[in-house]
Amino acid sequence: MINAVGREIPEEILKITGKEPFKGNHYFDGYEYKKDGPSTRCVINSEGSKLVENIHEVLVKCGIQDGMTLGFHHHFRDGDYVVNMVMEEIHNMGIKDITICASSLGKAHDKLVEFIEDGTITNIQSSGVRGKIGRAISEGKLKGLAVMRSHGGRVRAIETGEVRIDIAFIGSPTCDDYGNCRGIGGKSDCGVLSYSMVDADYADKVVAITDCLVPFPNFPAHISMTKVDYVVVVDEIGNPDKIATGAAKPTTDMRKLMMADYCTQFVVNTPYFKDGFSYQTGVGGASIASTISLSKIMKERNIRMKFGVGGLTKPMCDLLENNQVDALLDTQDFDLNAVESVINPRHFRISAGEYADPFNKGAVVNKLDFVILAALEVDVNFNCNVVVGSDGIITGAQGGHPDTAAGAKCTIVIAPLLQGRIPAICTDVTTVTTPGESIDVVITDYGIAVNPRRQDLIDAMKNVDLPFKTIEELRDIAYSIVGEPERVQFDDKVVGIIEGRDGTVMDVVRKIKKFEFSGE
Amino acid sequence: MEIERPAMAGTLESSDCQVTVEPGDGRIDFTLESAVINQYGNQIRKVVFETLSHLGVDNIKISMVDKGALDCTIKARVEAAVSRSMDQFVNALWGGAFE
Repeated sequence: MINAVGREIPEEILKITGKEPFKGNHYFDGYEYKKDGPSTRCVINSEGSKLVENIHEVLVKCGIQDGMTLGFHHHFRDGDYVVNMVMEEIHNMGIKDITICASSLGKAHDKLVEFIEDGTITNIQSSGVRGKIGRAISEGKLKGLAVMRSHGGRVRAIETGEVRIDIAFIGSPTCDDYGNCRGIGGKSDCGVLSYSMVDADYADKVVAITDCLVPFPNFPAHISMTKVDYVVVVDEIGNPDKIATGAAKPTTDMRKLMMADYCTQFVVNTPYFKDGFSYQTGVGGASIASTISLSKIMKERNIRMKFGVGGLTKPMCDLLENNQVDALLDTQDFDLNAVESVINPRHFRISAGEYADPFNKGAVVNKLDFVILAALEVDVNFNCNVVVGSDGIITGAQGGHPDTAAGAKCTIVIAPLLQGRIPAICTDVTTVTTPGESIDVVITDYGIAVNPRRQDLIDAMKNVDLPFKTIEELRDIAYSIVGEPERVQFDDKVVGIIEGRDGTVMDVVRKIKKFEFSGE
Repeated sequence: MEIERPAMAGTLESSDCQVTVEPGDGRIDFTLESAVINQYGNQIRKVVFETLSHLGVDNIKISMVDKGALDCTIKARVEAAVSRSMDQFVNALWGGAFE
């Protein structure tokens, strides 16, 4: 069946998953449902500690068995030790057929490939996968279907009961013996625990793993003891150097600075740029540069930001320091400055649900004026791909891309026209992750295209001196330089699905096929 | 035109390609490793064969490691490698064989 972004979704996949094809951003607006709930083992005695000796013991206490679904968060990013630590023990115990439901997986988890190959792990649900797991899935090594879902989509899947997490593991930088978790303090400071809050609310068993046990009460708790079954203390839950790096140096790449300048000029000429606007941006060089140049214009014109959302980095936290924004709403911290900013009383921690879930009574993304995003590919229908590389291998993550793009009034994607020989603007993206209806503007180093659906923005730019082009013109420039790319040849086998934030099927990912010259 | 000895041209930098040539066994034997093989493998092969044909070379082992080079770069690297294999170091065979 062809879905609303023109992708062929095989009937068989709809049948296996019980899902509908994507039908447009607002298909589920107003939909009513009853939320799922966790089973809860009451603690009424006063023995006073939830400490368990080690990972093995806690797995036994949680009743680990074949076929279970385990929840993990990715606040430790490339420095995470928790996922591997737990999976190694599960592997040693001979447990099979595990589903991993993580907020994201990355290079820190290359080791899991062994466990995919030997059947310990048979299903993966994640925002995306980078590194060796991505290649393994694209080569068809995972027994089940990989499900790539956005940060908001993960919360939705858990709240509706589409996914039931049997045991959630929450790596916690500090924790007391009764399970009060905080994202700050300790050796593996990550600032916030936003992505694991839904795990704490909905998993049957919740295990806090820490390398810094602190006296009770570890308050104010980011995750409350009322949701935590057990606490395990280990030597290290992560590598601090890779959890939060020093702030990235502002880029000096003229091409990125030019795109950042285009972006800032576009933003300030929209009707949304006025006192009290709201803003979110990613961590790419051009996005960061545009935040910096925007802050200058805000100062000049005496315009304050009402709230900034992230995925936070130093330039966003600087806005708070310099009193240019009323509040920061934080789901993740990308550098040490962002981690340190968490103690500021106007820097608020929010859950992934508050941030981006389409199936609650309204999330922060719906209140965004601007979001500045990146993309691997954008096609002439403005559909974006952020998960599958142009070579057909899974190599990225949805993150909050589809959530913020759908919510914001003005969604801007910055992409250099060419990445090496690969055109970022193309006729058809390899895989659709964010539908074109969510994308309003595409900024490249060769020009800017406004989505024709946004006549209001086109009108607002009438007298603005920027190099406007149609998206087709941008594609044609790219193809004239590098040649028209051939479509990647895939095997028929579907290895994964790109889930829309509402749980529909946006696209499928197929097994890669070895390249062969044509006509040989 | 005959390839006399092994020779190389190009680098492994992004947007370049490294071409190695050596005497063939009576035909063009082409191998390609490329970061963009899925999208441009056939196009790269076409450019290499056209360039060799212009140079009048039909007996060669030629291998290329490509990092996303454009057609013009590929052509230049093939011409340079073939030139070097014949000790033609100064006036490389840009654009084709000697008249």
